[in-house]
Amino acid sequence: MRAERRSMGRRRMLGVTLAAGLAISTAAACGGDDTDTGPEGGGALKGQTVTVAAIWTGTNEGAKFKKVLDAFGKRTGAKVIYTPTGDNVAAFLGSKVNGGAPPDVAFLPQQGVLVEFAKKGWIKPLPAEAQSELQKNFAKVWQDLGSHDGKTYGIYYKTGSKSTIWYRKQAFTDAGIAQPPTTWADFVKTAQTLSDSGATPIAIGAADGWVLTDWFENVYLSVAGPDKYDQLSKHEIKYTDPTVKEALRRLAEIWGKQNYLAGGPKGALQTEFPGSVPQVFGASPKAAMLPGADFVASEITSATKSKVGTDADFFPFPAAGATAPVVGAGDAAVMMKDTPGARELLKFIATTEAARIWAEQGGYISPNKSLDLAAYPDEVQRRIAKAVIDAGDDFRFDMSDLAPAAFGGTKGAGEWKILQDFLADPSDVDGTAAKLEQAAADAFK
Amino acid sequence: MTDTSEPPAPREDRPADEPAGGGTSPPAAGPVADRAASVATTPAEAPAEAASGGRSAKAAGRERLGPPPWLAGGFLAPALVLLALLVVYPIVYTLWRSLYDADGGRLVWFDNYVTMFTDSTTFTAIKNNAIWVAVAPALITAFGLIFAVLTERIRWAAAFKVIVFMPMAISMVAAGVIFTLVYDHSPERGVLNAVAVGVHDTFAAASPYPGVRPREQGSPLKPEGKAFVTTAQVQPGQAVTLPLVAVPPAKQRELAPARAAAPAQGAITGTVWADFAPGGGKVNQIDGNEKGLPKVEIEALAGGKVAATTTSRDDGTFTLDGLAPGSYTLRLAESNFAAPYNGVTWLGPGLVTPAIIGAYVWMWAGFAMVLIGAGLAAIPRDALEAARVDGATEWQVFRRVTIPLLAPVLMVVFVTLVINVLKIFDLVYIMAPGSSVQDANVLALRMYLVSFIGERPDQGLGSAIAVVLFLLVLPAMIFNIRRFRAEQG
Repeated sequence: MRAERRSMGRRRMLGVTLAAGLAISTAAACGGDDTDTGPEGGGALKGQTVTVAAIWTGTNEGAKFKKVLDAFGKRTGAKVIYTPTGDNVAAFLGSKVNGGAPPDVAFLPQQGVLVEFAKKGWIKPLPAEAQSELQKNFAKVWQDLGSHDGKTYGIYYKTGSKSTIWYRKQAFTDAGIAQPPTTWADFVKTAQTLSDSGATPIAIGAADGWVLTDWFENVYLSVAGPDKYDQLSKHEIKYTDPTVKEALRRLAEIWGKQNYLAGGPKGALQTEFPGSVPQVFGASPKAAMLPGADFVASEITSATKSKVGTDADFFPFPAAGATAPVVGAGDAAVMMKDTPGARELLKFIATTEAARIWAEQGGYISPNKSLDLAAYPDEVQRRIAKAVIDAGDDFRFDMSDLAPAAFGGTKGAGEWKILQDFLADPSDVDGTAAKLEQAAADAFK
Repeated sequence: MTDTSEPPAPREDRPADEPAGGGTSPPAAGPVADRAASVATTPAEAPAEAASGGRSAKAAGRERLGPPPWLAGGFLAPALVLLALLVVYPIVYTLWRSLYDADGGRLVWFDNYVTMFTDSTTFTAIKNNAIWVAVAPALITAFGLIFAVLTERIRWAAAFKVIVFMPMAISMVAAGVIFTLVYDHSPERGVLNAVAVGVHDTFAAASPYPGVRPREQGSPLKPEGKAFVTTAQVQPGQAVTLPLVAVPPAKQRELAPARAAAPAQGAITGTVWADFAPGGGKVNQIDGNEKGLPKVEIEALAGGKVAATTTSRDDGTFTLDGLAPGSYTLRLAESNFAAPYNGVTWLGPGLVTPAIIGAYVWMWAGFAMVLIGAGLAAIPRDALEAARVDGATEWQVFRRVTIPLLAPVLMVVFVTLVINVLKIFDLVYIMAPGSSVQDANVLALRMYLVSFIGERPDQGLGSAIAVVLFLLVLPAMIFNIRRFRAEQG
């Protein structure tokens, strides 16, 4: 999720040629763009007001989310006031709490933020009715991700998968590849076949460090398994662990081949994520596959003429170890003030009905296992949703989002920079692991 | 203030109600006004006195020189409050904050400063700042001087000046975006690399089969340097197969099908072709619809020397004849496969700082030109004329007369630029891609990233960096203020 926002921000920046435009758009995003959802029905909450804050804005996500709130307003008669938070949700909500006016309900984009808020006592444990909906509709992993110290605080309403590899169908046809690979060995072989066929197998927008951490997390989760993954997320095991080195060696099987990457490693390191999408799906494609998150689909639609489903398709990230990884992100609804409206809204958010409203509009994956996959508007989203639900308790959050930003989220530093250096020269696995450990030890102090 | 009821005399430029002439020197409206001001009891009374003659002489005798302290204080108060709030308080707070840890709760004294000078990232930032200060102001002043001197002599000076000054009208962020595109790595988008590739390809023709290679396993060919040679020795009379892969599908569609070559007496024959059919095809065999590769240069080597050379035909077949009996190695020359020249990685780790300095020079050369141009216009012509009459060459006039006379202006431009360059932030922030941002880092950017970015920003360390940056800018500021004073005094 964080990755998604970053990439969008950067693209907007490059697209807008005038700085003034940038300033205005930022101001507009921060300024109050409050929307009222009027009370229409005559429900139990008639006359009550519920304030909601979340990251979604604009005609796409913002409008879709408002429909969900509208449905809640209709059902209960409550008046819902929605405020978009801007990119930095934690900072926005922090200032609201300090100002004594937190929203009733907020959607937190990272599990780390949820834990931090719970520790500070800024959020309230879920009411019983919402909890029973949660237990009915969500896998245990989601309940755990929304909990801290034995109390459940959050309901994950929206999720995203980073374990998808998007490919150009024509390139696979030219190379005569009928079946997308399912194991890492297959994946390496597919890359070799694509290369033999005259196509560059892979594009990487490695100028954005998070692209590389997503690769690493997928391979690591698959190689080491969910338990080790959890330990490494909390830095309970060291980055010099054999599993980390094994994951790096796997990555080197792809990164180490000059002719596997569009533009070679040097070119890849100069390409930002938005630039890597046209490298695969643009008018004069340079590569065949683009490992990335589910939102690559909307990037393909908006930035190129390729059509998802006909020209472009995806396959799940291949299994480098025992099982295929599912790494992702999620936004959790939490209660910041214990009001009847907030209780009702949380209960509603946990229902299958709430998930269906956004699912039908597209651009959304729900972790709600009771949601019928038929609700999704197309086959691609259905398959991504299925992968997330099927992963069940093996679903894992993006590890770099869980780490301190100095390690897992800073341009030109920590894991981002070290993996970029590893891409430039993947020969020194031990040295890279040592560097990761050094940086992690500094950041996790 | 009662005496000011009469309108000021028309020859007086100063507004009658000018508040506090006290601290600063009053703007002189002419010798008469100057004298009047120096005699007058309060500046506000000056015009009245000048207008009404004798009546105010009585008033002058009654009051002491200068305004009463409370009045001066009153007039200065708003400015002092603003200065204290907006300048003094933030500086003091930053100093204080730099002694605390990330959360601001624990006093760590000088730990932040120690961290800063032992941390290699910040050290790179300091080093880059030094490069900036050493290169950018001097370069910009030099360009400004050249432009200013040249535009004095040309006919369309105004138009030229407007064009050179234009970048100043663009914001730093926009200039950064423009130059990220100029420096873009891919020649299709980055204009500099388009030029670099164009020039390069004019002198060194692009190869027909860039990136084409033998299969990595089980191929009868192996790499030798950047060329490919046969693993086995070949005798005249043999027909060989030279399979290659990685021919782009689009290119394959233009080619003719490959054909197996027939053996010929006293010659080595063979086929060089794209050994890839969708779904695989049989390895090292010409099958399916596999295409021949025309115009591939093939050499026969005996004992390290080239015995014969040929190029392949449209169907990929070739004949090397006129060979003495014996064993030969076939070589596919490097020139067939050389990777295309992709230009320079301008924003890569090595060149990123010079590249960004280039963009900065583009922006600020106009500023320097305008200031130096103004200084140039103020130079007394007779000094130049005198030098010319004395037989000085144009270069000597420029070097020995113009530049010394311009020195004060050049100094102002230079020092102003030094201050600006020390604080450089936006260009680097916009232009450096993630993979080389560390190599382009400067103090102001480092301060911002440390203080405000991410979930656990460290404003203690950020404040420490800000303090060091402040200390670096300080000497330049003091120098500038002194110069202004010296000029006015």
